[in-house]
Amino acid sequence: MKILDKKQSSMGTLDDSYLNYPHRSYGMDHERYEWSMLKNRKPVAWPNGKKVAVWVNVGLQFFPLNQKGIPFKVPGGMTKPYPDLRHYTLRDYGNRVGIYRFLKAFDRYGVKPTFAMNTRLAEKYPYLLGLLKERQDEILSHGHHMDALHYGGQNPEEEKELVKTALDRLRNLTGQSVKGWISPAKNESMNTPDFLAEEGIAYFCDWANDAMPYNFKTKHGDLVAMPLSTELEDHFIILNNLHTAEDWGEQVKDAFAFLLEESQTMGGRILSLNIHPWVLGQPHRIGYLESVLEELAAHDAVWMATASEILESWKSQTA
Amino acid sequence: MKEEPGYYDYWPYHNRPKITWPNGAKVAFWVAPNIEFYELDPPDNPFRKPWPQPTPALPGYTSRDWGNRVGHTRQMELLDKYGIRGSISLSTALCDHHPEIIELCKERNWEFFSHGIYNTRYTYGMTEEQEREMIKDSMESIYKHTGQKCAGYLAPALSHSEFTLDLFAEVGTELFGDEAGFYTCDLFHDDQPTPIHLRSGKRFVSIPYSLEMNDTIAYLVQKTTPRNYGQALKENFDRLYQEGAESGTIMCIPTHNYQVTNAHRIKAYEEALEYITGHSDVWVTTGKEIAEYFMEHYYDVVNEDIGQKAKQYGNA
Repeated sequence: MKILDKKQSSMGTLDDSYLNYPHRSYGMDHERYEWSMLKNRKPVAWPNGKKVAVWVNVGLQFFPLNQKGIPFKVPGGMTKPYPDLRHYTLRDYGNRVGIYRFLKAFDRYGVKPTFAMNTRLAEKYPYLLGLLKERQDEILSHGHHMDALHYGGQNPEEEKELVKTALDRLRNLTGQSVKGWISPAKNESMNTPDFLAEEGIAYFCDWANDAMPYNFKTKHGDLVAMPLSTELEDHFIILNNLHTAEDWGEQVKDAFAFLLEESQTMGGRILSLNIHPWVLGQPHRIGYLESVLEELAAHDAVWMATASEILESWKSQTA
Repeated sequence: MKEEPGYYDYWPYHNRPKITWPNGAKVAFWVAPNIEFYELDPPDNPFRKPWPQPTPALPGYTSRDWGNRVGHTRQMELLDKYGIRGSISLSTALCDHHPEIIELCKERNWEFFSHGIYNTRYTYGMTEEQEREMIKDSMESIYKHTGQKCAGYLAPALSHSEFTLDLFAEVGTELFGDEAGFYTCDLFHDDQPTPIHLRSGKRFVSIPYSLEMNDTIAYLVQKTTPRNYGQALKENFDRLYQEGAESGTIMCIPTHNYQVTNAHRIKAYEEALEYITGHSDVWVTTGKEIAEYFMEHYYDVVNEDIGQKAKQYGNA
């Protein structure tokens, strides 16, 4: 719909139907999940009496140089006229250099990461893929590539095919069953959850509306929405909010302190860190990531866990 | 269209009559949690897009929903701890969607004021009759679900028409006489209350609500760090407390459960609340109580002073 000139008076151009509220009733304004306040739910206990599950989720992303930007330019993608070498190569830096700094840090502090990988990246960089396979870390799907967006108004057949291709190929390349999904830009159409469930996905991370997992209805059975915080992402804090890496580290530590306190009375909590090697893998930033990981990994109350491990533990207590 | 809104006369922050809050307090301090419902698939409004992405716009929708599912309780516990009753700027459809939240606020005798029906339905483009109906619906919903006669207004998503304040005051009178519809949070021109000119001549006052201290402005627009936000809250208070010795000021922290209660932000907010409520000459109160106190004790004095200055110096 066209947005009218804001300089003109807006009086009296709306149809009376604008005052109809078809979903104004108990619960949500859609049928995908139940309305539920966190405080009313049964507390969860993590294995071995741990209080806070730390889920370190690493986005391994491919931003194509020939970006189409449909229906929008993906955040983090190309912004300059073609060929935008500046952004392409700076993202590629993460997959060549930054990721190896990450892996070194994970191993040094005993962090158990989960990797969210674009299928196109897995195809392009067999060395990296091979190393991840060897480590046997969990790999989840981050869609085909960062410019292959899922979005409202997308042709359903086209989207269904996109989901299927991305998953078939990633499963084939990794040899893993690949049960998790994050859409590029965490963007979806109304059909995305149905296609994901149909293709055997168990959990997805696009709906960042809770602090704990919850059941999400689809036409092909329930998915679980896993709480991967956008607010604490390196991309969001450092590149969107323009805070320093030191500020990012401080905010993560504050978040941990709060969740630990909340867990004393409310049950197990999840600290999810969605991080990207092209952001925190830079030489001037990696030290702040290391400082965070060192503190978290050494803490008695922390359960370093993969997304699937958290999911399984949660499921076993809520079924 | 008009050159200026015409709600008030120029009134310099200089040689004003002295306001003293109850018990000699220098600052009237209130917290206004916005408890909002944003729709997943709202109808189009030709003057403002509700979401930047095609439906479903997950970043915005999920963040607001997080505030209701997770954040509300966190903020409520914090306000309990520091003896603060919230003054809720309410998307009144939330009474239907999430009555549990309304119950918790009712138990604490928090104030409910109208913030429209949904924060995804804008006033832009409405006829006067449509806007009247929307406002009436919101005030009736508050009465039906909480028993409160709605005293204050903050237009949904700060979307206004030229008649917004007039209509709010008139609907209040129509429903509940002088007991409802007598203050607005929509104007940001002052740190003290201002009597507002309305076409009905009803006694009506603007209560400072502060966009500058609003967590969404701080975090989403200014993109501040949590600790800088906490520091700004304290510094805002310090100055208003200092000036409040001369004549009582108002400090408001407008919040949103989906911003300020995030695990990485709540500590900075708590430190500010602890600091502010730790001062002796602070009146910790609600928007409605400030409006009532001002109208009873200072409305006429202030009105007279404004009128005198306007007469003396002119208002072109």
